[in-house]
Amino acid sequence: MSEFENLSGNDKELQEFLMIEKQKAQVNAQIHEFNEICWEKCIGKPSTKLDHATETCLSNCVDRFIDTSLLITQRFAQMLQKRGGGDL
Amino acid sequence: MAMANVDKGEIMDQVKQQIAVANAQELLNQMTQKCFKKCVNKPGTSLDSSEQKCISMCMDRFMDSWNLISRTYGQRLQREQSKF
Repeated sequence: MSEFENLSGNDKELQEFLMIEKQKAQVNAQIHEFNEICWEKCIGKPSTKLDHATETCLSNCVDRFIDTSLLITQRFAQMLQKRGGGDL
Repeated sequence: MAMANVDKGEIMDQVKQQIAVANAQELLNQMTQKCFKKCVNKPGTSLDSSEQKCISMCMDRFMDSWNLISRTYGQRLQREQSKF
Protein backbone atom coordinates (compact mmCIF):
# COMPACT_ATOMS: atom_id res chain seq x y z
CA MET A 1 0.00 0.00 0.00
CA SER A 2 2.77 2.44 0.87
CA GLU A 3 4.21 1.85 -2.57
CA PHE A 4 1.00 3.11 -4.02
CA GLU A 5 1.05 6.20 -1.84
CA ASN A 6 4.57 6.89 -2.98
CA LEU A 7 3.53 6.48 -6.53
CA SER A 8 0.67 8.93 -6.26
CA GLY A 9 2.51 11.25 -3.90
CA ASN A 10 5.64 11.66 -5.91
CA ASP A 11 4.57 11.12 -9.44
CA LYS A 12 3.96 14.56 -10.84
CA GLU A 13 2.48 13.39 -14.07
CA LEU A 14 -0.06 11.21 -12.32
CA GLN A 15 -0.93 13.93 -9.83
CA GLU A 16 -1.53 16.41 -12.59
CA PHE A 17 -3.61 13.92 -14.49
CA LEU A 18 -5.81 13.28 -11.45
CA MET A 19 -6.22 17.00 -10.79
CA ILE A 20 -7.36 17.65 -14.34
CA GLU A 21 -9.72 14.68 -14.35
CA LYS A 22 -11.18 15.87 -11.06
CA GLN A 23 -11.79 19.34 -12.49
CA LYS A 24 -13.41 17.87 -15.57
CA ALA A 25 -15.65 15.72 -13.38
CA GLN A 26 -16.68 18.79 -11.37
CA VAL A 27 -17.59 20.73 -14.51
CA ASN A 28 -19.56 17.71 -15.69
CA ALA A 29 -21.45 17.41 -12.42
CA GLN A 30 -22.31 21.10 -12.70
CA ILE A 31 -23.68 20.58 -16.23
CA HIS A 32 -25.85 17.74 -14.94
CA GLU A 33 -27.20 20.03 -12.22
CA PHE A 34 -27.93 22.89 -14.65
CA ASN A 35 -29.62 20.51 -17.04
CA GLU A 36 -31.82 19.19 -14.27
CA ILE A 37 -32.88 22.67 -13.18
CA CYS A 38 -33.30 24.22 -16.62
CA TRP A 39 -35.09 21.22 -18.12
CA GLU A 40 -37.88 21.79 -15.60
CA LYS A 41 -37.99 25.51 -16.39
CA CYS A 42 -37.85 25.40 -20.16
CA ILE A 43 -39.08 22.13 -21.63
CA GLY A 44 -42.76 21.54 -22.39
CA LYS A 45 -43.95 18.54 -24.35
CA PRO A 46 -40.99 16.83 -26.05
CA SER A 47 -41.19 17.36 -29.82
CA THR A 48 -39.06 16.54 -32.85
CA LYS A 49 -36.54 19.26 -32.11
CA LEU A 50 -35.70 21.98 -29.60
CA ASP A 51 -37.29 25.12 -30.96
CA HIS A 52 -35.50 28.44 -30.95
CA ALA A 53 -37.39 29.81 -27.95
CA THR A 54 -36.54 26.74 -25.88
CA GLU A 55 -32.87 27.01 -26.81
CA THR A 56 -32.85 30.64 -25.74
CA CYS A 57 -34.60 29.73 -22.50
CA LEU A 58 -32.03 27.03 -21.72
CA SER A 59 -28.99 29.19 -22.26
CA ASN A 60 -30.54 32.14 -20.42
CA CYS A 61 -31.43 29.76 -17.60
CA VAL A 62 -27.78 28.72 -17.16
CA ASP A 63 -26.48 32.29 -17.22
CA ARG A 64 -29.17 33.64 -14.88
CA PHE A 65 -28.67 30.75 -12.47
CA ILE A 66 -24.96 31.60 -12.28
CA ASP A 67 -25.82 35.32 -11.86
CA THR A 68 -28.22 34.40 -9.05
CA SER A 69 -25.60 32.29 -7.37
CA LEU A 70 -23.02 35.10 -7.59
CA LEU A 71 -25.50 37.72 -6.35
CA ILE A 72 -26.63 35.63 -3.42
CA THR A 73 -23.06 34.80 -2.45
CA GLN A 74 -22.18 38.49 -2.51
CA ARG A 75 -25.26 39.59 -0.56
CA PHE A 76 -24.87 36.79 1.91
CA ALA A 77 -21.32 37.92 2.61
CA GLN A 78 -22.66 41.46 3.21
CA MET A 79 -25.28 40.11 5.59
CA LEU A 80 -22.59 38.37 7.56
CA GLN A 81 -20.44 41.49 7.66
CA LYS A 82 -23.31 43.67 8.89
CA ARG A 83 -23.82 41.32 11.74
CA GLY A 84 -20.21 41.92 12.61
CA GLY A 85 -19.17 38.50 11.58
CA GLY A 86 -20.92 37.16 14.65
CA ASP A 87 -23.28 34.26 14.72
CA LEU A 88 -26.27 34.01 12.39
CA MET B 1 4.95 -4.01 -4.13
CA ALA B 2 2.47 -5.11 -6.73
CA MET B 3 0.91 -1.65 -6.85
CA ALA B 4 4.16 0.05 -7.72
CA ASN B 5 4.49 -2.23 -10.70
CA VAL B 6 1.14 -1.30 -12.13
CA ASP B 7 1.62 0.63 -15.30
CA LYS B 8 0.82 4.31 -14.86
CA GLY B 9 -0.97 4.42 -18.18
CA GLU B 10 -3.17 1.62 -16.99
CA ILE B 11 -4.17 3.59 -13.89
CA MET B 12 -4.99 6.61 -16.03
CA ASP B 13 -7.09 4.54 -18.38
CA GLN B 14 -8.97 3.01 -15.48
CA VAL B 15 -9.68 6.39 -13.92
CA LYS B 16 -10.95 7.73 -17.23
CA GLN B 17 -13.12 4.69 -17.73
CA GLN B 18 -14.63 4.86 -14.26
CA ILE B 19 -15.46 8.54 -14.75
CA ALA B 20 -17.07 7.79 -18.11
CA VAL B 21 -19.20 5.03 -16.56
CA ALA B 22 -20.30 7.26 -13.67
CA ASN B 23 -21.20 9.96 -16.16
CA ALA B 24 -23.27 7.65 -18.29
CA GLN B 25 -25.08 6.39 -15.19
CA GLU B 26 -25.94 9.90 -14.08
CA LEU B 27 -27.22 10.74 -17.56
CA LEU B 28 -29.30 7.57 -17.68
CA ASN B 29 -30.79 8.16 -14.24
CA GLN B 30 -31.79 11.74 -14.95
CA MET B 31 -33.11 10.91 -18.39
CA THR B 32 -35.30 8.15 -16.99
CA GLN B 33 -36.68 10.37 -14.24
CA LYS B 34 -37.36 13.37 -16.49
CA CYS B 35 -38.87 11.40 -19.37
CA PHE B 36 -41.02 9.25 -17.11
CA LYS B 37 -42.37 12.43 -15.61
CA LYS B 38 -43.03 14.02 -19.02
CA CYS B 39 -44.38 11.03 -20.90
CA VAL B 40 -46.13 8.63 -18.52
CA ASN B 41 -48.96 10.64 -17.03
CA LYS B 42 -51.25 7.84 -15.96
CA PRO B 43 -49.34 4.56 -15.76
CA GLY B 44 -51.43 1.87 -17.45
CA THR B 45 -50.94 -1.86 -17.87
CA SER B 46 -48.20 -1.30 -20.45
CA LEU B 47 -46.38 1.55 -22.19
CA ASP B 48 -48.56 2.41 -25.15
CA SER B 49 -47.14 3.48 -28.47
CA SER B 50 -47.68 7.18 -27.90
CA GLU B 51 -45.85 6.95 -24.59
CA GLN B 52 -43.00 5.09 -26.25
CA LYS B 53 -42.82 7.70 -28.99
CA CYS B 54 -42.80 10.45 -26.39
CA ILE B 55 -40.01 8.72 -24.47
CA SER B 56 -37.75 8.40 -27.46
CA MET B 57 -38.29 12.03 -28.43
CA CYS B 58 -37.73 13.04 -24.84
CA MET B 59 -34.40 11.19 -24.78
CA ASP B 60 -33.22 12.99 -27.90
CA ARG B 61 -34.32 16.38 -26.56
CA PHE B 62 -32.67 15.60 -23.24
CA MET B 63 -29.34 15.10 -25.02
CA ASP B 64 -29.90 18.28 -27.07
CA SER B 65 -30.52 20.16 -23.86
CA TRP B 66 -27.46 18.64 -22.17
CA ASN B 67 -25.22 19.59 -25.08
CA LEU B 68 -26.60 23.12 -25.33
CA ILE B 69 -26.14 23.68 -21.62
CA SER B 70 -22.63 22.28 -21.76
CA ARG B 71 -21.77 24.80 -24.50
CA THR B 72 -23.40 27.71 -22.67
CA TYR B 73 -21.59 26.87 -19.44
CA GLY B 74 -18.29 26.52 -21.29
CA GLN B 75 -18.73 29.96 -22.82
CA ARG B 76 -19.60 31.45 -19.42
CA LEU B 77 -16.51 29.90 -17.82
CA GLN B 78 -14.36 31.42 -20.55
CA ARG B 79 -15.96 34.84 -20.09
CA GLU B 80 -15.49 34.70 -16.32
CA GLN B 81 -11.86 33.66 -16.67
CA SER B 82 -11.05 36.48 -19.06
CA LYS B 83 -12.18 38.98 -16.39
CA PHE B 84 -9.13 38.24 -14.30
